[in-house]
Amino acid sequence: MRLRNLPLAGLIAIAACVPALAQDPTFGFGRTPTPDEFTAVFPSAAPDGTGLPAGRGSAKEGAAVYKQKCLACHGPSGTGTPLHRGLVPLGNSKPVELEESLVPYATTVWDFINRAMPWTQPGTLTPDEAYAVTAYVLYLNKIVGEADVLDETTLPKVRMPHRDSMIPSRPEWNPGQRRQFGHYP
Amino acid sequence: MDSHSGSGRRRFLTSSGALAGLVIGAVRSVRGQTAAPAAPHSDGSSLTRYEPQGLLAYGQPSTFADNVVRRTSQHPTAIRDTALMTPLQDLDGIITPSGLHFLMDHTNGIPDVVPQTHRLMVHGMVDRPLTFTVDEIKRFPSVSRILFLECNANSRPLRGPNRESVQLIHGRTSCSEWTGVLLSVLLKECGVQSDASWIVAEGGENNKYTMSIPLAKGLEDALVAYAQNGEPVRPHQGFPLRLIVPGWESIRAVKWLNRIHVVDKPYATWHEAGNNADTAADGKGMWYRFELGPKAVITRPSGGQRLPGPGFHEITGLAWSGGGLVRRVDVSLDGGQTYREAQLQQPVLRHAHTRFRLPWTWNGEECVIQARCTDERGEVQPTIEEAAELFRVDVDYFYQADHFNGIQPWRIASDGSVTNAIA
Repeated sequence: MRLRNLPLAGLIAIAACVPALAQDPTFGFGRTPTPDEFTAVFPSAAPDGTGLPAGRGSAKEGAAVYKQKCLACHGPSGTGTPLHRGLVPLGNSKPVELEESLVPYATTVWDFINRAMPWTQPGTLTPDEAYAVTAYVLYLNKIVGEADVLDETTLPKVRMPHRDSMIPSRPEWNPGQRRQFGHYP
Repeated sequence: MDSHSGSGRRRFLTSSGALAGLVIGAVRSVRGQTAAPAAPHSDGSSLTRYEPQGLLAYGQPSTFADNVVRRTSQHPTAIRDTALMTPLQDLDGIITPSGLHFLMDHTNGIPDVVPQTHRLMVHGMVDRPLTFTVDEIKRFPSVSRILFLECNANSRPLRGPNRESVQLIHGRTSCSEWTGVLLSVLLKECGVQSDASWIVAEGGENNKYTMSIPLAKGLEDALVAYAQNGEPVRPHQGFPLRLIVPGWESIRAVKWLNRIHVVDKPYATWHEAGNNADTAADGKGMWYRFELGPKAVITRPSGGQRLPGPGFHEITGLAWSGGGLVRRVDVSLDGGQTYREAQLQQPVLRHAHTRFRLPWTWNGEECVIQARCTDERGEVQPTIEEAAELFRVDVDYFYQADHFNGIQPWRIASDGSVTNAIA
């Protein structure tokens, strides 16, 4: 009986596998990352807050972190030192210089501080320190208040002054499209 | 960081020269490896096996060619971003030797990543997140492609002492044969989900550089490269794995690549939303500019050189475009009043440097020479004045602008000296 049913069972099995087969790996190289490897992935924050870890901090708390870990390079008021850029305003606005920060999202600031700062010991800030020092940098830029608490919910809601003045407003790319400001005489 | 010194290779040659008489001895070689121990010959004789050392193991240019080096316009420090430019005026053909490839780094020191423990992880909006060793990456079907890289800050019209050299003005571009696995192959292996639209690529250096790239480009032609000009990618260029994004500003070409995060939105990372966003005339921010414009630059004769006298001279240079193929290069001998078509030397490849040549007999009179690139998309390289019109700015704007692709004129004086003709 088993033998008689085998062809049919085989067909059912193949039919059930079709969608899966179409997406199966072709080569089978590599392996599934271990839970530890997933945990070790450094947090990366999107503008809407996706990827932000739990934690909290205000500029008041961030002042101490800044003094200890940032001031030597960025100066007491964040305007930079001969060898290092300032962080007031945030971003690298040129050729047309802006008084206010060009960086359109607070998550961008948090993400760079968290992954790349302090320059000689990047990735060593605790989640609370990263939120607090981000708050302090935004406070130096007059974007948040001294007591405003930033966390994974409030950080993405911080309104940056140039939030809506970036072009293209919706970054995307389609093959073959013309370059912005391209010269087509 | 040794890379800040333009004379790094000279020191290197000096030290290897000192070793030249000791090639068979068990000295520590200039490549940082200890010589293999002498082994008995297979026929049992007492002869020891010969292992080439130093310059015999890995050749170097002539000591008389030691001025063909990268240079910088900045003061070398260990902390500022590194910018080392390719000596375009001294190079021929279209391939940049790997040791002369430009660098513009945003990292605290150049890592020499251990390939045995390095991993590339692809995760996020995929059916099967996967981690690959470098050896596993190399097992995939591979491709070799000759592709240029160019910094978005290349070719700003310069003022001051740096303005008299094609190297310091235009040397943030280089062209290599990159070998690797198409990113599309890796993404297919992981099964990208239908609602994914972007990837975020991350480097494995201590500062963990990140960059967002539209998935469509990642699937079209992005390459996870493990080799450059036939040998492993150099540490300065991202050993053991570098993401190559053909035709795009090379801030997207993430070095020391160790993670591809498949997502559904751009992440507005610092190096795309902060550090590399320009401002337009009206103060609006310009970001995600991706493709580089068409560009041609005469490398000989060029600023700082001197023609020995009237008579035959070949005008030559490089052209490239993020739009794909260079369709034509026109050269003007009268400051842009008239142009004649230059000869494009084969191979002419998409997203690669293209060598152009024009035979010329100089009559000894002062003149201004310049080249203009037109790409396969019909985009034409503008003069600085035409670019100013497009951007609705004064020409001064471009002295600090990214993505400037204006025409570079060189003035040849009656004594043969060549200088930058941009005011």
